[in-house]
Amino acid sequence: MQDMTPINTAEASERRAIKISAKEVTVHYGAKQALFGVDLDIEENQVTSLIGPSGCGKSTFLRCLNRMNDTIDICSVGGQIRLGDINIYDPKVDVVELRARVGMVFQKPNPFPKSIFENIAYGPRIHGLCRDKSDMEEVVVSSLQKAGLFDEVKDRLDEPGTGLSGGQQQRLCIARAIAVSPEVILMDEPCSALDPIATAKVEELIDELRENYTIVIVTHSMQQAARVSQRTAFFHLGNIVEEGPTEQIFTMPKDQRTQDYITGRFG
Amino acid sequence: MSPLWLLAVIFIVALTGAILGRSRAIGAVDGEVSTLHSRPGYYGSYVFIWTAIPAALFMAALLIAQPFFNRSVVHDHLFGAYESGCQRSLSFGKSNAAILKAGDENAPQICRDWIEFRDLETRQDLVQGVVRNVADGLALLNKDELTKLRAGLVAIRPMMAQKGIALAEDVSAPIVSAAYRLNDARSRANFLLYGGLGILLLAGFLGSYLRIRPALRARNLVEANIRIALIIASSIAVLTTVGIVLSMLFEALNFFDHVPLVDFFFGTVWDPRFQSVGRQVSSEGGQFGLLPLLWGTMFISLVALLVAVPIGLFAAIYMAEYATRPIRAVAKPMLEILAGIPTIVYGFFALVTVGPFLRDAGASIGLSISANSVLTAGFVMGIMLIPFISSLSDDIISAVPQSLRDGSLGLGATKSETIKQVILPAALPGIVASILLAASRAIGETMIVVMAAGIAANLTANPFEAVTTVTVKIVSQLTGDLEFNSPQTLVAFALGITLFFITLGLNVFALHIVRKYREQYD
Amino acid sequence: MTDLSVPPAQSTAQMPRDYGLKKRYASEARFKLYGMIAIGMGLLFLTLLFVSIITKGYTAFEQTKIQLSLTLDEKILDPAGTRDPKQLAKAIRYNKIIEPAFYQAIGLDPKDKAQKADRKLAKKIISRGAAIELRDMVLDNPDLIGTTQSVWILASGDVDSFVKGQISRQTDEKRRQIKDKQIAWIDALLDQGIMDKKFNSGLFTFGASSRPETAGIGVAVIGSLFMMGIVLVLALPIGVAASIYLEEFAPKNKWTDLIEVNINNLAAVPSIVFGLLGLAVFINFAGLPRSASIVGGLVLTLMTLPTIIIATRSALKAVPPSIREAALGVGASKTQTIFHHVLPLASPGILTGTIIGLAQALGETAPLLMIGMVAFVKDIPVSPLDPATALPVQIYMWAGAAERAFVERTSAAILILLAFLAIMNISAVLLRRRFERRW
Repeated sequence: MQDMTPINTAEASERRAIKISAKEVTVHYGAKQALFGVDLDIEENQVTSLIGPSGCGKSTFLRCLNRMNDTIDICSVGGQIRLGDINIYDPKVDVVELRARVGMVFQKPNPFPKSIFENIAYGPRIHGLCRDKSDMEEVVVSSLQKAGLFDEVKDRLDEPGTGLSGGQQQRLCIARAIAVSPEVILMDEPCSALDPIATAKVEELIDELRENYTIVIVTHSMQQAARVSQRTAFFHLGNIVEEGPTEQIFTMPKDQRTQDYITGRFG
Repeated sequence: MSPLWLLAVIFIVALTGAILGRSRAIGAVDGEVSTLHSRPGYYGSYVFIWTAIPAALFMAALLIAQPFFNRSVVHDHLFGAYESGCQRSLSFGKSNAAILKAGDENAPQICRDWIEFRDLETRQDLVQGVVRNVADGLALLNKDELTKLRAGLVAIRPMMAQKGIALAEDVSAPIVSAAYRLNDARSRANFLLYGGLGILLLAGFLGSYLRIRPALRARNLVEANIRIALIIASSIAVLTTVGIVLSMLFEALNFFDHVPLVDFFFGTVWDPRFQSVGRQVSSEGGQFGLLPLLWGTMFISLVALLVAVPIGLFAAIYMAEYATRPIRAVAKPMLEILAGIPTIVYGFFALVTVGPFLRDAGASIGLSISANSVLTAGFVMGIMLIPFISSLSDDIISAVPQSLRDGSLGLGATKSETIKQVILPAALPGIVASILLAASRAIGETMIVVMAAGIAANLTANPFEAVTTVTVKIVSQLTGDLEFNSPQTLVAFALGITLFFITLGLNVFALHIVRKYREQYD
Repeated sequence: MTDLSVPPAQSTAQMPRDYGLKKRYASEARFKLYGMIAIGMGLLFLTLLFVSIITKGYTAFEQTKIQLSLTLDEKILDPAGTRDPKQLAKAIRYNKIIEPAFYQAIGLDPKDKAQKADRKLAKKIISRGAAIELRDMVLDNPDLIGTTQSVWILASGDVDSFVKGQISRQTDEKRRQIKDKQIAWIDALLDQGIMDKKFNSGLFTFGASSRPETAGIGVAVIGSLFMMGIVLVLALPIGVAASIYLEEFAPKNKWTDLIEVNINNLAAVPSIVFGLLGLAVFINFAGLPRSASIVGGLVLTLMTLPTIIIATRSALKAVPPSIREAALGVGASKTQTIFHHVLPLASPGILTGTIIGLAQALGETAPLLMIGMVAFVKDIPVSPLDPATALPVQIYMWAGAAERAFVERTSAAILILLAFLAIMNISAVLLRRRFERRW
């Protein structure tokens, strides 16, 4: 346990491999432009948080990373986003494969109206990741364990996932994402619908997951960003104003607007 | 005066009262209307309501009660007059009371009339009609003509014909005297009507007018009345249901007097044997087995659902999940046109296009399909049902929260995987409900089956043959000139109430599911 | 703890994994195709329905007529010279004018005994309704007597079908309603332009008739209009009042719950059941006349009420509470709030629902069969108490008729009915577009 506890300052100083690299990303919703050329590098096995006032484009940017914006008809994306060595907006890229590699957890817990087991098994099943039933059980159990939910639900895997509490539901959704073994997990304000205790649990979980996954999290709460992330990007009016190690953003912001935001002048 | 004119008079009186009431209210405060409790118009409305409503209700009650009252007056009088007339003729003649049996040709005319009147309900209706006609005619005669008629100087039938009233047969003395009684009763009723109306109008007006004071809470009083009117309006829907159940139950019970319950619900032969008006109901009234009709109904509905469910469901899925906005904007209303086309049009389509087409197509591959077949009716009904399934399912599928779609897509599921494994299971109750509602439509559908299904009651499992349905039989038993109180017509009500409860069950169940479903995602 | 039992995810993540994409996309494409096929089939059926009815029906808007120059001889029509309408109304006299004129037109001698068989055959070319039409013309304007008029008279139904090509010349003469000799006359008349297809105004004005050429939807349209009028006058106020009570006043309890379930259910009760209700209550119990549009109107009112109530309630629901609060806030009573503010704002929705309900009622057939509207009514009804039919019932009756010429008339009547419905529905849509308000 001890060796996993993050030491922000130490890790922030060392540069890691770049997992996702976004260049000049623009997004239009119909005639309205939401992102104005965003550049951002996301480091591997780190938690990167995206902060900024409402409507600044941080969620939009997050949804670009696994092309969830494709589901919105009027949305068009420009620029380049590289995952490893592929451009994810290359027409040849398969969105199904991409999303299997870049998983997502949403603002509101959205378990399927199925049993807890089936919720987790869904991803591996559609992707054909498990050879047989015991394989599937192993994946489900390990995913629940990684999400820290197994002990709470091990006796009722057949009960509907919608019967869990809000915090448990959200961890179920995280377990569901893990079950596909993605490389990156995107989280869109995962704690905004949860109470403080459930939030603490999810935050703890995020920290543990960093070991194996690259995590990008959008959050409204600056405390949360400070607690869980190693790097932070501050969005404002569809641009990234400032990006860097979390410690530095919160202690010595270079930009006046960042300063104003984190001290609560606007937001 | 006709009721419509009376209503107009009531309205005018009440309106005058309203104007007077309004000015009295204004006068009471010397024009300072802001010191009134309510706006002056409310005082007018107050007087209007109290003048018009009691009078109108009184009029309605009297007009509804009058025919029944008149009928019993005429009936009682005729009964007595026939009886005494017969007794008198018997005591003068040679015959004695022992010969008084139905259909005795030797009895005096008046006695035969009496017996017929006493025993046959249809005869009573007929005589009542004649009495009304004669009474109408008598009312047209002047004094001179009346005296001549009384004195027996002229025959009544030509005299009536002169006044434009045709009598089917020559009328006997009891009928003429009953007609006088009827006219008496009518004039008494008219006196009561006009007198009552006058008193009520005056009392209503004075009572409300004199109560007008600046402190009178006219608005509250008027609004209370509006509220009562609203409650009455909203109970009409309930009354309709009660009316449906009671009227059909009543006639169906009449039917079950003739035919045992078990024979109807579990009989396998439908052979009602039509009878013409007037003949006595024989013991061999035919067989009224519900099962062949019910089977035909279910068979056709099943074929219809086999057509409508896959098409409707896939259309709904495509429109809710795949279609681009412009395609949806065109395809959805186009499909809904199918729901707006009257069923008679589908019936005609089945009769002249689909039926012959299927017959010829069947013949070309060596199948014998009759033009009126289960297949024809079911197929065309299926077309009609497509929008019922697609529209409701579309709504239901669209109501599945986007977050579930995002959750699935975010894991890398394809769209069809998302639909099949997440959305459809979530929407299942609603989709089942939409299918149940469509089934209820199919079972109650009339015109398509009347024109395309055939009329022979068949217990067959061959979709190329003709069967008949509950609704077809309701129509065929009730169209044409039939005696109303025979089991042949009454069976229609027994069929109707069966149909009503089957569809009621399906509807209530389906609507309950939809309601629960909506609450879940609201 | 958590990382002990599970192999690190990275080991699998780094290797390219097999997602079975090819198969999955094939299944995706198949699924999407099913959807497109379903919609395509729906639209195909719709098209087939319309094509079938239009191709069968458009010909009925034209009617074959024969142009004859008729001398309205006073000696024949009004021997007494009194211009008494009763004398003028004797239709048989007009035949004595039409028939000789027609025989001459096809080169037969009206008097020659040898040609009697031919004349009998020729007589069948003109409609027996022609005399009545001519009579009505003279009754309208007795001054025509003594003059010579060029009149287009009706040809018989079979001739009409033949001219429109619906009766084939190839058919064996014995089984053909139009004989060879008649064909020769018809061809000659057509060549001379004496016989021609003219706009069929009779389709819109005539009442019921056993002869297709003199059958029209006049009575049915009037009957339907009466019924729509009754439905509008009764169902709209009652429906709106009921909705206002349920939506704005009623407490939420078992009773209002029951009303609600009941209304939703009534909307789905088979229409024929309403017909049975009408028969039992309005005709047998209340003693209203059979076949009269007032009974039809009442039955359709009960049928339309649920539709109007459901539409009105959703229109009332759509008015935001802030409007009510604003009015109540300045001291308006609840009733004033509803009648001054909520109802006007909801009225486009109410109107749309009413039009749609009326359109449903207009196309309804089954309940009208129950209350005896399948009647043979020749005269245009003047009040809702007179016997009448309705447009869909007329269609039903014609559909059962044997003559070839009735098929096209049935289709034409359907087209007219559909046109009415289209107008109503389109106006409902336009109304909604024009006044729809998003809060």
